[in-house]
Amino acid sequence: MPHVHDHDADHESVYDGLTGGDDSQWAFGTDFEDPLAGVDTTIAQGVDASALAAYCLMLGDDALVYSHRLAQWTSNAPDLEDDIALANIALDLLGQARLLLARAAAADPAVVPALPDGSPVPPEDALAFFRDEAGFRNVRLVEPDNGDFAVTMARLLVFSTYRLALLERLRDSNDPVLAAIATKGVKEVAYHRDYAGRWFLTLARGTEESRRRLLAGLALVWPLYDELFRTHHVEAAAADQGFGVDPSGLADEVGVVLEQVLTTSGVERPEIAQTGAVNGQTGRGGRHTEVMGRLLAEMQVVARAHPMGLW
Amino acid sequence: MTASPQVSAGDETELLAAFDAVIERHERIEPRDWMPERYRSTLVRQIAQHAHSEIIGMQPEGNWIARAPSLRRKAILLAKVQDEAGHGLYLYSACETLGVSRDELTRMLIEGRQKYSSIFNYPTLSYADVGTIGWLVDGAAICNQVPLCRTSYGPYGRAMIRVCKEESFHQRQGYELLATMMRGTDEQRAMVQESVDRFWWPALMMFGPPDADSPNTEQSMAWGIKRDTNDELRQKFVDMSVPQAKALGVTFPDPALVWDEDRGHHDFGQPDWDEFTQVVKGGGPCNAQRIAHRARAWDDGAWVREAATAFAQADA
Repeated sequence: MPHVHDHDADHESVYDGLTGGDDSQWAFGTDFEDPLAGVDTTIAQGVDASALAAYCLMLGDDALVYSHRLAQWTSNAPDLEDDIALANIALDLLGQARLLLARAAAADPAVVPALPDGSPVPPEDALAFFRDEAGFRNVRLVEPDNGDFAVTMARLLVFSTYRLALLERLRDSNDPVLAAIATKGVKEVAYHRDYAGRWFLTLARGTEESRRRLLAGLALVWPLYDELFRTHHVEAAAADQGFGVDPSGLADEVGVVLEQVLTTSGVERPEIAQTGAVNGQTGRGGRHTEVMGRLLAEMQVVARAHPMGLW
Repeated sequence: MTASPQVSAGDETELLAAFDAVIERHERIEPRDWMPERYRSTLVRQIAQHAHSEIIGMQPEGNWIARAPSLRRKAILLAKVQDEAGHGLYLYSACETLGVSRDELTRMLIEGRQKYSSIFNYPTLSYADVGTIGWLVDGAAICNQVPLCRTSYGPYGRAMIRVCKEESFHQRQGYELLATMMRGTDEQRAMVQESVDRFWWPALMMFGPPDADSPNTEQSMAWGIKRDTNDELRQKFVDMSVPQAKALGVTFPDPALVWDEDRGHHDFGQPDWDEFTQVVKGGGPCNAQRIAHRARAWDDGAWVREAATAFAQADA
């Protein structure tokens, strides 16, 4: 029974710190206005700034929209540990989104939606909250409602396997900002893939019900799989100019990794028709699923009501 | 778990004397130590109520994650709600050292056999509420919880040290959100004032009924589970909040709120204790909704928890 000091000094200080003083002790300080502060944002020679911005929007929107969806698990997960894990994944992706949208805006300010003169909304927030649906460049895989935990794990496994393969290559980008974001992101997304892979196996081998739900979940997610590897002309330019990755080159590696998880889990790769394009365009071209408009309506409602608002 | 069934009456007198001596010396009781059954059950009630408050408290703030108006605010809010899940986790763990499982505790919450803080039965109606909850609700929680870092039961006290540290930056973040909004537009300033008006009285109710009407306080103080009375803590909170409101540029909706030079404290009005009783008894604006949400999440997750158990057993 260790002795407990009865004077208040240790504990009273908890709220002494609330009025003024040193900011460094707070997890989220008040002093990080520019997410790219201190980063060299010079654009490499031979890189087309507008292509770089468009490419950053693609990767940023994947992260933003998927983060938004995963955050909807908060207070809804099967157990507290998974509530915390899903929030972590959502936070990682939100962090990547913020950097990528800031990079897009810095590379080509023309992509940022116009706001009234004097609006204090920073450019990455203008991109997230004031852009219309057709301006979003995310793949459609990240848009649908979460569904149950099995659907969520199937989608997270596919998405994180794809994104990890992409970020691993993006570490060699000739854009120093993208290379830095990818280097940080690889560690994060490796955990996301590991988390999803472990749950995939657990659900496949758990109970009859969990296996049934997992197979149904995988079938629901799979029709948007091929779209991940369709090369949009911006991605082709990004690969040519050395700052980005042609996604068609990821298909084999992603397929092999998923095959390992599926085989270990005793699950067949689905043979299901793929979701078609709209006039030849998919998510990267700004053509989305029907739920995307509602997702954005909710995400943007407060920000759009206050274009001069300071948050 | 604690009290051995074989102890005779004579042994029990000695054990009780040793227990009382530990309390007297302000030392800590640990899970393997003998403790009176009523001490154990009081702790289970209090820690569980606290854990449930963290978990139910995720809902009113979680209500705004999808609509957070900037990427930075969205990250701050999501991380905060995640911290609450973490607090729930450590507090359920502290409670498990007293021989009650997380499953049982969750069932008692869902079935209405254990309570949670009534403040979470109020709705969050604007984004300013995220800031007001951080500032006033977490602020009141800190006043209640800081003394618990010295509570006599070791696992609870140690959990509370960490909880209080995190709550204190939640309070700071909430205050910082409101301060930022106050530098924004007229609409934003009005939103902050409206939110503060709506949460001030419920925040004062968080300290519980006046001392004269608080049935559990005396025994809990004697056991060193509780260290200050409801009215003492409420006074401390009011005194702490008034200068913060002034710095922020908002007012509290209490015409009786005034500095009393002689006492060295603020005088203030009484919350509507009839409303408090109604909310505690289940008739608040969101009681049914909060429990239904928790029950749905728990029930929807049952097949996942069963799968994890089956997989772990097959793997063993």
